[in-house]
Amino acid sequence: MSKIEKLPEYNAEHNDSLLRFMTCGSVDDGKSTLIGRLLFDTKTILADTLTQITRTSKKRGLDAVDLSLLTDGLQAEREQGITIDVAYRYFSTGTRKYIIADAPGHEQYTRNMVTAASTANLAIILIDARKGVLTQTRRHSYLAHLVGIPHIVVAINKMDLVNYDQGEFERIRADYQAFAERIGLHRAGHNISFIPMSALNGDMIVDRGDTMDWYEGPTLLEFLEAAPPAHSEQDEEFRFPVQFVCRPHASDDPELHDFRGFMGRIESGDISVGDAVTVLPSGLSSKVKAIQIGDEQLPHATTEQSVTLLLEDEIDTSRGDMIVKTGQAPEPVKQITAMVCWLSETPLSPARTYIVRHTTRESKAKVGEIAYKIDVNTLEELPAQALTTNDIARITFKLAQPLMVDSYTKNRATGAFILIDESTNNTVGAGMIQS
Amino acid sequence: MTTLTKQTLSHLDWLESEAIYILREVAGQCSNPVLLFSGGKDSLCILRLAEKAFRPGRFPFPLMHIDTGHNYQEVVDFRDQRAAELGERLIVRSVEDSMKRGTVVLKSPDESRNKHQSVTLLEAIEEFGFDCCIGGARRDEEKARAKERIMSFRDEFGQWDPKNQRPELWNLYNARSHKGENIRAFPISNWTEMDVWQYIEREKLALPSIYFAHQRDVVMRNGSIFPVNVPLAGTETINLPKADEEIINMRVRFRTVGDITCTAPVESDADTVEKIVLETATTTITERGATRLDDQTSDASMEQRKKEGYF
Repeated sequence: MSKIEKLPEYNAEHNDSLLRFMTCGSVDDGKSTLIGRLLFDTKTILADTLTQITRTSKKRGLDAVDLSLLTDGLQAEREQGITIDVAYRYFSTGTRKYIIADAPGHEQYTRNMVTAASTANLAIILIDARKGVLTQTRRHSYLAHLVGIPHIVVAINKMDLVNYDQGEFERIRADYQAFAERIGLHRAGHNISFIPMSALNGDMIVDRGDTMDWYEGPTLLEFLEAAPPAHSEQDEEFRFPVQFVCRPHASDDPELHDFRGFMGRIESGDISVGDAVTVLPSGLSSKVKAIQIGDEQLPHATTEQSVTLLLEDEIDTSRGDMIVKTGQAPEPVKQITAMVCWLSETPLSPARTYIVRHTTRESKAKVGEIAYKIDVNTLEELPAQALTTNDIARITFKLAQPLMVDSYTKNRATGAFILIDESTNNTVGAGMIQS
Repeated sequence: MTTLTKQTLSHLDWLESEAIYILREVAGQCSNPVLLFSGGKDSLCILRLAEKAFRPGRFPFPLMHIDTGHNYQEVVDFRDQRAAELGERLIVRSVEDSMKRGTVVLKSPDESRNKHQSVTLLEAIEEFGFDCCIGGARRDEEKARAKERIMSFRDEFGQWDPKNQRPELWNLYNARSHKGENIRAFPISNWTEMDVWQYIEREKLALPSIYFAHQRDVVMRNGSIFPVNVPLAGTETINLPKADEEIINMRVRFRTVGDITCTAPVESDADTVEKIVLETATTTITERGATRLDDQTSDASMEQRKKEGYF
């Protein structure tokens, strides 16, 4: 009857999941070199690209090929020698496909870090072994923590410049751990690992090299290969925001006459045919009659699959509604408190109305209260009346329409929202719901 | 029985699911979108994704091709055939019409029309009032694309301003636009050339014949293989060899399919999808490096064309 080709048998055959991770650090920490090294040593870089960067390296009077040139993107950035935006890179090892979100490390680009972190399940935080834990290290760690990245790799780079000294490595590790404890990184269930490396020479990235025999942990790539993919580590409740309702109304096909498919992506949890479900915000219940991808029927579907759900009963449902398992329904709320990162050059004004986009649902929102903003360098809480670019603050919003939310620490998909300025349509803020 | 028997998707399933999600966001957020369809491999993948996203319903958008008039006949035929099989509406707008209107002026008769597609595309967007164009661009194709958004904002002049793009967080895409502005949506942004070929293999997608190894007359021009004496639909033949060029009959295939005057094939024996997947895994030259003569002009040529409204 039903085909189950979509289920893990397919995985087993190909053994190829996908991991999204981000890198935080500035050019000075050797971040571009690290990414260049990962791409180079996994043979992602092809000959013509290499020829091109070799030529550019020579033009700039460098002796060796500058791998950091691989990640230099736009003309404007090349002229200024900085990175102004998140860039996405890809490589594959045969067992796993990787998407790197490469975020610039400068202080003014907090918003880029938050953007990159929002889709990452692992963060590599770079530290220059000569400099140790810096203000920016603390900032990057706090932001990775804020945006809920469960796995952090502290990459202690440029070990070649400290004679590959184990003592230096241990000292930086102890410093970082003390700091991590202070901001509650351990308590929040983050998994923190430390890897000494030299991106320039390629030690402990893909190959171990022979300079740091005292280190017995995994290389960076071994660590990436073993890192759990998103959604695999805790049980999550089923959340299915409806994106689109399919009603073909085909007059020539009576079978389709009553077809009503609720299309969307499973943001968390899983679902089987026959499960009892509730549609929010109406609160009406039914059972899952069928699960489809295109014309393929599935008995069961899981997190991150885009499917079409058919229900036993006719329930008025449209884009922005959410289908959940009966008994697991979040309470629709008309007020939310969240940590908000302000992304726009135009300051947040408490007098204005914004649009909140949460899953596939939108509501108008007004600022109720700004509790405090965070100094991302000292983690101090400061009073605030308004927010400017890169500010992070705890804000309460009043909503015109109810939203079906979870706390961000419980569910990154249903705990997140963006703020849109209706006059420009720009995305001006990113929020992580606390309650 | 443990409660944590978590299934994770294979990378192809994940990419497919993400692309379906993006297509449905376009349908949910935009009032008049269009899917750009050239008959090329990337847009053929998107058609399959659209089937998975919207069947048994019709696509909530028409298909549109901006034709330079210099496309391989096999590809044009394939384009029409595929649109007909799907029963979806295909709009074709041609650069030649823009030339007749005087909105496209070539510097010389043999100048490539490829970059002039931007003008015809913008004219078509205005003609139909499209608020979103779905395209098959991928971030791995070129440096300037690595920072491209999934939903990329273009102003009234169709311009892409790399410094003025909307931040894109989680999967909360913002495809809002005011009248006259436009969103370009890229559902397969996160795919690589390899992913595309693996997907074609898995989904058993049919492709125009010139993607597979075949005999063709070529010359070596500026270090690239350049196809010559290519017949167009009428009696015209383009890409004439220069007097001092030696014509070689070579076994080649195309890695990308575009305007005849600026798309080069690669030497290859791969005449099946399986062989192409293998060849893609072992190639030493990037897709655009091998095949796009228009990107080699300068480090920044793609970025420049994108700013001018190119896809």
